[in-house]
Amino acid sequence: MVTSEAVQERLQIPLAAESLSEERIAYLEGLVAQARTAAAVFTQYTQEDVDRIVKAMVLAGLEQAQPLARLAVEETKLGVMEDKVLKNMCATEFTYNYIKDKRTVGIIREFPERNLVEVADPIGVIFSLTPITNPTSTVLFKCIMAAKTRNAVIFSPHPNAWRCCSEAVKIMYEAALKHGAPEGVFSCLESHTLQDNAYLMRHKDVALIDATGGPGAVKAAYSSGKPALGVGPGNTPVYLEKTADVSTAVVDIIVSKTFDNGTICASEQTVVIDDEIYDFVLKKFAELGTHICNEKETELLSRTVIDPKTGFMQPMAVGQKATDIACLIGLSVKPGTKLLIAPIQGVGREYPLSVEKLFPVLAVYRAKSVDEALKVCIDVNHAGGLGHTAVVFSRNDEIIRKFSEVMNAGRIIVNSPGSVGALGAVYNDLVPTFSFGCGTGGGNSTTDNVNIYHYLNIKRVARRTQAHMWFRVPNQIYFNLNAVENVRQFPSQSTIIITNPALEKFGLVDVVRRYIPEGTHVHVSVIPDAEPEVKVVMQGVEALNFYKADQIIALGGGSVIDAAKIMKLKYESPDADLEELAAPFLDLRKRVVQYPTEKVNHARLIAISTTSGTGSEVTPFAVLTDKECGRKVTLADYSLTPDVAIVDPQFVMSMPKGLTADTGVDCLTHALEAAVSNYASAYTDSNAMQAIRLVFKYLPIAYEHPRDEEARSMMHNAACIAAMAFANASVGVNHALAHAFGARFGVAHGRANALMLPHVIAYNAAVPAKFLPSPYQKGYVAHKKYATVADLLGLGGHTIEEKVKNLVVATEQLLDQLGFPRSIADLGISREEFERAMPELTKLAFDDPSWRSNPRMPLMSELADLFWKAYEGRGLAKVASTAQQQSA
Amino acid sequence: MAMIAVWLKIDEEHVVQALQEAGEKLDSVEGEVALDFSSVRRIDPRAIRALEELAGIADDKGVKVVLRGVNVGVYKVLKLVKLGSRFSFVA
Repeated sequence: MVTSEAVQERLQIPLAAESLSEERIAYLEGLVAQARTAAAVFTQYTQEDVDRIVKAMVLAGLEQAQPLARLAVEETKLGVMEDKVLKNMCATEFTYNYIKDKRTVGIIREFPERNLVEVADPIGVIFSLTPITNPTSTVLFKCIMAAKTRNAVIFSPHPNAWRCCSEAVKIMYEAALKHGAPEGVFSCLESHTLQDNAYLMRHKDVALIDATGGPGAVKAAYSSGKPALGVGPGNTPVYLEKTADVSTAVVDIIVSKTFDNGTICASEQTVVIDDEIYDFVLKKFAELGTHICNEKETELLSRTVIDPKTGFMQPMAVGQKATDIACLIGLSVKPGTKLLIAPIQGVGREYPLSVEKLFPVLAVYRAKSVDEALKVCIDVNHAGGLGHTAVVFSRNDEIIRKFSEVMNAGRIIVNSPGSVGALGAVYNDLVPTFSFGCGTGGGNSTTDNVNIYHYLNIKRVARRTQAHMWFRVPNQIYFNLNAVENVRQFPSQSTIIITNPALEKFGLVDVVRRYIPEGTHVHVSVIPDAEPEVKVVMQGVEALNFYKADQIIALGGGSVIDAAKIMKLKYESPDADLEELAAPFLDLRKRVVQYPTEKVNHARLIAISTTSGTGSEVTPFAVLTDKECGRKVTLADYSLTPDVAIVDPQFVMSMPKGLTADTGVDCLTHALEAAVSNYASAYTDSNAMQAIRLVFKYLPIAYEHPRDEEARSMMHNAACIAAMAFANASVGVNHALAHAFGARFGVAHGRANALMLPHVIAYNAAVPAKFLPSPYQKGYVAHKKYATVADLLGLGGHTIEEKVKNLVVATEQLLDQLGFPRSIADLGISREEFERAMPELTKLAFDDPSWRSNPRMPLMSELADLFWKAYEGRGLAKVASTAQQQSA
Repeated sequence: MAMIAVWLKIDEEHVVQALQEAGEKLDSVEGEVALDFSSVRRIDPRAIRALEELAGIADDKGVKVVLRGVNVGVYKVLKLVKLGSRFSFVA
């Protein structure tokens, strides 16, 4: 059995705090309470307060940069005092330069174009572990970041760097306090144990752990269950490619690897050098005061500075001078030797020097090719350096790109020193830091150079965006009797008329031909009078290509115009994949599949409608049937909208009664659904309302008196006007139900719509069981919209409820007048058959995109309920008309 | 109904002193102590400690301490240091 202690040991998690004495717990609790209070008080400070405090801290840090560096070297016996002074100055001055103008209180960033504002909140109490290698600079950096972000910090320095770190904390604290920071904002653990760390890491009032140090500390931080910033070790590979500026590269590497005796974890560890320049590079290194080890020296060095048991560097070598390390192995080197360079032949346990070495010993590898060089760099990267830093010297952008792609490193430093480069703000524009995020490769939560933004809870204040809406219709619409004459104004070399057999037979094609300018080649393509099939469309496209058509005239009802739209799409964009273009979408502007914008032929599409219902002449929709696959797809895109629409009533004068009623009710459904749609706007409302008014007035006349020119003309206009509304506001649940029912039972679209319409009005007017999330919707207004329609029609009623009821009654009466079957049962469909079909019907209706703009989001059960209501067909109309008759 | 026995206006410059005075008066009161914080823009750690002490004494003596006119910033601080539940607040 594996004990929890064993697991903790394996994971290097500090043991739990049970073994702490009561006094120690009281001490730790006091530290946390003090920090918690300070953090709470700090929340009251303004940006100006904070900036004043930070500036004072930075100046104090700069002032004490040298004493702190001296103390750090004395105590830790690591590194170079002069370099530690520079580190302390970087940690203060460079950090300040980066943060001084940045807002960290209140609103910190605004994105007006996105209606988004970011507001900063402090984190609270941070428990911070700092390393032995960069002790004072890390403390200075973290104190400045914490003050800038109004957080309190409890520091737990590496035990062998406690004195210098606590001095750094004291300097920062005193400067901060003097300038108004809350008492207790920074504190440092007096001598600590792993149990102290465990206790604080799990303390409920510690909000964040910021662990900069060895893998044990980082793992402990991440295992504590608290939010943590843990940044750990590296093993920086360097690719010195043959096109590089070798002289600069060699100096940069020496600068970096000898800086503070190599204690920065981003410093170079193994340099992979192209074969062509290898000897020259080593010669350059030697000229600049480095010692190139021979095979025996390398072997000796390996055994001394790397622990053969663990494979990790020996602590006694960390941060030591090259000459002192040479002494350790009894190697005689010139005085002042900066760096020991050890050629290695591979990476891994057999090549001990291929791991991280935080001292001035650098491994070099001769690579025979770019491929080999990159692979060795990957090996080094994976030998303990994942996520940290990688360096490349090259003038070849392609090499730099490849290197960047294959390295797993938060920082890819190009043509500059790794350690100082990774610290940021010196050789490049990286954010200055003393904590390198190593991403998931290093078991960390970020790849960033840790900075002030990691010490903030950033709140995004997202205001509701004003959804952009649109009103898109054909460029030109000609209407009223003889509007077809306008065809003559469109010049064309080659025109194809798409039509159906009946229209050709009754001479309507000839009417159109009459107005096509002379000299135009005209070809008539007659297609079946049914929803367009893929085969038919492709034949049409062949004809368009054959005649090199520059103009397409679609003369017919919805099917013919839809066919012409798709033919044009394929003619202009032969590669368009109809199957893909029919992919479902929720929002037209965010759809995954985009319609092609490039056009090959730039042909004009003129749509002349011969029915008064679908309004396809002005809509961006087209329905396509694939008989081979047995399915129907709807294409929707404004690029499908015809260029010119002609709404001439002479083409509908001979419509049979049944078709007049079917198409008229389709038109009414379009208008009513567009009026209450979530996408409705003032632009679509005006069209929808006008269309409704025209239908109620003229549809009964057109139905009873088919030769009534005014009624025909008005109904033809109504269909087009309603279509302009639904082309931009879409339809709703009525269409979803009708599509499903029509497809399953083979009922004409208008008729199916009519069966659902009164029930859907009543359904939409009731308070929804479920609202549909829609940025376009401003409150629930469907019932009010219906009441407005009732007012427009002069239906009377005092309350919204009465008006809605009257509209339902009027709709029922209109349907009765048009001789529609008033229930599904009337169609001869048995209750059993309907019940059997119900699961499929509700599924089909729910899958239909039409309801996506419906004001009420339909639940499956509600769809079934609506189907059953349509089946029974007992609408309010009958009840109301009975009541009216009784009162009369 | 509890009587307001003590009503103290807290001056921002002397929050700690005023809270200590309030603490001393708890010995002689029954019912509620009301402290008017409407002039206090910010509080510091010392004031928080004084409030903690006052809350402790009030608990011991069974006296209710009502803070009046606490601004949002100070209210948030009291919540953060878990003192919010130990006082009553009135606008």
